[in-house]
Amino acid sequence: MSEIILQVSDLTMNFGGIKALDTLDFEVCSGEIVALIGPNGAGKTTFFNCVTGIYTPSSGDVYLHKPGGEGRTRLNGMKPNHVAEKGMARTFQNIRLFPKMTVLENVMIGRHCRSKSFILGAIFRDKKTRAEERSIVDYSYALLEKVGLASQVNELAANLSYGAQRRLEIARALATEPFLLLLDEPAAGMNPQETAKLVKLIRRICDEGHAVLLIEHDMKLVMTLSDRIVVMDYGRKIAEGTPAEVRTNPEVIKAYLGEDD
Amino acid sequence: MFPLKEFKKSLLVALWFVALTFPLMVIQVDPIERIVNWRWNNMFFVAIGSFVLSVVGKAFFARKEQQLSKKRTAQNEEVQDTIFQRVLREPRYLWPISLACLAFAIAFPFLFSTYQTNVMTTALMYVVLGLGLNIVVGLAGLLDLGYVAFYAVGAYSYALLNHHFDLGFWTVLPVGGILAAFFGIILGFPVLRLRGDYLAIVTLGFGEIIRLVLENWNEFSMGPSGIANIDRPGLFGLDLSLNMSILYLYYLMIFFLIITIFVVNRLQDSRLGRAWVALREDEIACQAMGIDKTKTKLVAFSLGAFWAGIIGVVFAAKTTFVNPASFTFLESAIILSIVVLGGMGSIVGVICGAFILILLPEYLRALSEFRMLAFGGILVLMMVFRPEGLISNVRRVYQFKKNDRGEK
Repeated sequence: MSEIILQVSDLTMNFGGIKALDTLDFEVCSGEIVALIGPNGAGKTTFFNCVTGIYTPSSGDVYLHKPGGEGRTRLNGMKPNHVAEKGMARTFQNIRLFPKMTVLENVMIGRHCRSKSFILGAIFRDKKTRAEERSIVDYSYALLEKVGLASQVNELAANLSYGAQRRLEIARALATEPFLLLLDEPAAGMNPQETAKLVKLIRRICDEGHAVLLIEHDMKLVMTLSDRIVVMDYGRKIAEGTPAEVRTNPEVIKAYLGEDD
Repeated sequence: MFPLKEFKKSLLVALWFVALTFPLMVIQVDPIERIVNWRWNNMFFVAIGSFVLSVVGKAFFARKEQQLSKKRTAQNEEVQDTIFQRVLREPRYLWPISLACLAFAIAFPFLFSTYQTNVMTTALMYVVLGLGLNIVVGLAGLLDLGYVAFYAVGAYSYALLNHHFDLGFWTVLPVGGILAAFFGIILGFPVLRLRGDYLAIVTLGFGEIIRLVLENWNEFSMGPSGIANIDRPGLFGLDLSLNMSILYLYYLMIFFLIITIFVVNRLQDSRLGRAWVALREDEIACQAMGIDKTKTKLVAFSLGAFWAGIIGVVFAAKTTFVNPASFTFLESAIILSIVVLGGMGSIVGVICGAFILILLPEYLRALSEFRMLAFGGILVLMMVFRPEGLISNVRRVYQFKKNDRGEK
């Protein structure tokens, strides 16, 4: 039984005269892995930025619906931190970790919106704050174990290898307890072994009840992993379907390989 | 091994400096005798001096480069911490050292003269100011060049409230702090979107605005002539002699400093402190992870300003006189230098930085003509050789028991 958790309708984003997104309709259901593909400049990352509140879309609607919850939330114009609070977290195409913080602290930042202590709690460090702090550390450590970084908790994030940084970003996003996880090119720059590990990790994340929406150029990963693929070009959705359907879709082939004259 | 090529380069540097300083160091015009004195021996000194400095600098860089490449080849090796960092990390050493410092601080007025105690009080004030600014600049990464404005708010709130309403030091102390924090929020709102250089310019302007208002609004602040005869801090209504009140103020500052260190240390190591550091590192990622940028920044501004306000009140009580000339941009620059020199985000670093920058000029009065020169020189050298400050901040290390499930 799956329900729609992210619904995007007529989403348009203009940058001056350029339509980066053009009346895009889109939805993600709970428990599925959806891949968003398309040639460079098709508007995939713009889409992520519009949905997560980094850009305010020019028109159209974005609704988020918590599985099992009541009602849905309109995300347009909402600040990124509120979007994260609502249960959608993301990673970035060009890794955006906090380089001078340790691996553990990076994940602990993700717990920020699920914890409450403030100035007075920090100064007096009462029982509640200490318990909260303890739970933040434990939760973060458990996540690092999950992504296989537990041996490097006290390392600075900047000193990690590229693949490890990508995994750390995923752990940090998971720390916000999202029900929808947006991954922007998670396999970029990874070697085949790392990619294989990543596929396993994403599978596991999905099995644990998070829906995943990912942008990826690695077609092998996309084809093996996703339940559904959405293809974009010039800000429009040109195709949608299962991997097998998309692979044979003439529109998609045209977009990727150019027209045959 | 030092290649000949490098010597040649140093020689060129020396020649260049000789040419540059020629009009200044060699030519001296005597307007009365109407003759020109050619001080050739000065040229000689400049040449030798710049040559030696250049060689030493080059040798230093060569060594540093060598060490770096060595580190790169042996990557698995533990990165060597400085001795300071190792001591700071070890609670075994940290406690005795801080207790010894405290004992020395308490005994200080009995070991040295009143003048020294007074100087020390000033230094302690700058330590607290530095720690306050450290929240804004070191932790949250918001470059604030108008920090002295909050200091002025604190000082004037005590001066005015004391002058008009006869309010005492202890009553105004929290008021001054809160007023300054309020001004911090006022400054914070318009600059929320700004970063880096733009933020620096706006805060610089804010500092100047506060100073100019104090200077020109005669009815309110009595203009450049300032406010005199402010009460010294009271001690249960006792009548203190001048010496006693200097002593009292000194211990008061020690007390404030301990509280500040305690609070800043706890803040640093809390949910809020982590959010500040994350904000400094990457604003967009920070927001995407659910941190409210507005709130976090405003809290940083207001908490930083709060300390400045408190110290402003102490300043007014210490000097018993305030006028706008005490709150120039130079003051902001000195406090900022304390933070940068000491090490951004590092409490021990800021304390060391404050003592160096405030005490050294005081004890090197003989060289006071060269004070600004030395000041600039030190900052340039620091930025070249230790951009992270004297004592850089160490991230907290968490200990975990080995997990029996093992890792994948």
